[in-house]
Amino acid sequence: MQLKRAFRVWQRNFTVYTKLYKSSLALNFVEPVLYLAALGLGLGAFVKEINGMPYINFIAPGIIASSAMFAAAYECTYGTYVRMFYQKTFDAILATPVNVDDLIAGELMWGASKSMLYGTIIMAVISAFGLVSSPMVLLVIPVLFISGLIFAEISMIFAAIVPGIDSFNYFYTLFMTPMFLFSGIFFPVDTLPPLVSKIAFFTPLYHLVNVCRSAALGLLPGNLWDVAWLVFVALILAPYPFRLMRKRIMQ
Amino acid sequence: MITVFAKSLTKDYNSLRAVDTIDFEISSGECFGFLGPNGAGKTTVMRMIYCFLPVTSGELKVLGLDVAEHASEIKAKTGVMPQDNNLDPDLSVLENLIVYARYFDIPKKVSSLRAWELLDFVELREKADVNIRNLSGGMRQRLLLARSLINSPDIMILDEPTTGLDPHSRHAVWDRMEFLKSRGTTLILTTHYMEEAEKLCDRVAIMDSGKIVVIDSPKNLMSVHGGNLEEVYLKLTGRHLAA
Repeated sequence: MQLKRAFRVWQRNFTVYTKLYKSSLALNFVEPVLYLAALGLGLGAFVKEINGMPYINFIAPGIIASSAMFAAAYECTYGTYVRMFYQKTFDAILATPVNVDDLIAGELMWGASKSMLYGTIIMAVISAFGLVSSPMVLLVIPVLFISGLIFAEISMIFAAIVPGIDSFNYFYTLFMTPMFLFSGIFFPVDTLPPLVSKIAFFTPLYHLVNVCRSAALGLLPGNLWDVAWLVFVALILAPYPFRLMRKRIMQ
Repeated sequence: MITVFAKSLTKDYNSLRAVDTIDFEISSGECFGFLGPNGAGKTTVMRMIYCFLPVTSGELKVLGLDVAEHASEIKAKTGVMPQDNNLDPDLSVLENLIVYARYFDIPKKVSSLRAWELLDFVELREKADVNIRNLSGGMRQRLLLARSLINSPDIMILDEPTTGLDPHSRHAVWDRMEFLKSRGTTLILTTHYMEEAEKLCDRVAIMDSGKIVVIDSPKNLMSVHGGNLEEVYLKLTGRHLAA
C-alpha cells in the first residue's frame, strides 16, 4: 500500500462529494436533530434527569457519536458497493497505478473522514443549542476519525462478503440498529441486564459515546481508556477489509 | 523489442481453467489481436496483462517486468479501454479525464492541457461539461478511449473496443487506433469482428476454450487456410465465431 495512491482514491471521493454534498449533507443533518427534538424534548419532558443532567443534555453528545457512526457505515456499505459493483469505479481505478490495497485504504480513509465531518457538524449544532458545557468537546474530533475507521472497516468487511446490495438490510437491522439503541446514547447501559451491558461494552459505539459525553462535560482525561480501546480495535480489524476485498475484487 | 512475453500462462477461476498454458510474444509497435467467441479467455488474458487479475501459473512479463512484482510500474505505462463502460457517472466528461489523470500522479496543469487535447482527438470538446449519463453509447466509447490515453501510454489494451457501436462510431474508433499505431503505440485488442481484425491487426491469436489455436498475420491465415478470417476460424476450431 502506498499512502499517496490511497490519497488519490480519497481525493476522487472528495471531488464527487463536493459536487453532491448539498443534497446529502442536509439530509444527514435532519435525522439527528429529529432525534434530539423527539426524544430530548418530547421524552425528556417525562424523564427529567439522568445522572443529574437534563435528558436532552444527556443524549445530545451521544447523537454526535451515532451520526459519525452512520456516516461511515453508509459510505462503506452502500457507497462502496455501488462504486465496486454498479458503477465499476474500482475496475477503472485498478487499471491505473493504484493497486487494490491502495484502493481499500483510500476508501477506508474516506469513510473515516466523512464520519469525522458529520460528527463535527452535529457537534456544532448541539453546541449552538447550548447542549455542550465545555470546549473540550473539540478534542473528540480526532477520536471521531479513529472510531470512523472502525465503522468503515466493519462496514467494508460486510460489503466484501454480501451476495447483493439488499443484504445490507441484515447489517443495519441486526447490527447497527441494536448498537445504536443499546450503547448508552439514550440511557446508561448499567440499567440493562448484566449480559446486555456486557455486550454493549464490546461495541465501538459504546466507547465513542463515553468519550463524547465526558468531553461535552469537560471530563475527557478520565476516558483515555475508551480512546485506547478504539485505537486498539481499529488496528485489530484493519487487515480484514483488505483481505476480504482483495478476494472479492480479484474474482 | 518484446513488449509482452507469456510462457505457459494459465489462469484458473476456482476449478474452471479460463486460460490454459498459452505462449505468445507481442512486439513493440505491433497491433496484436485476440480473436475468439465469448468465454474463449480473451478478456482474462487482457486482465492479466494489465495486472488486474493475478496469474495462476506460468510467466507473464510486460515491458520486461513481471506482472506480479511490478504492477504499478506496468500500469503507469499502459492505457486500458475496458469492455464495460466504467466512466464515473458522478463526474462530467472533462472531470472524468482530470480525476483519472490524478491516479497517474499527473499534475493538474499538465492533465488539463492533455484532457482538452484528447477531447479534440475524440471530438468531444463541446461535450466537456456534460454529465456522462447524457452521452450516447458511441460518445462514451470515445471518452473511454480518450481516458485510456491520459497517461500517454506505450501500450494500449482495448477489450472489444467497438462492440455495440454503430458503423459511424466504429470507424471513428478505428481511425484513432490507426493513428496511435502510426505513432508507435503497441496495441493489444480483443474482438469478435473479423473486419476489425483484418483491418487493424498485424497478427492475431485465435483462441478457443482457453487455448491459442494459432498465431499468425490475418493475411497468412487467409492464404494458408483460404477464405476470410471467419472461414479460417471455422476450419481451425470447427465452430462459428458468433458475433
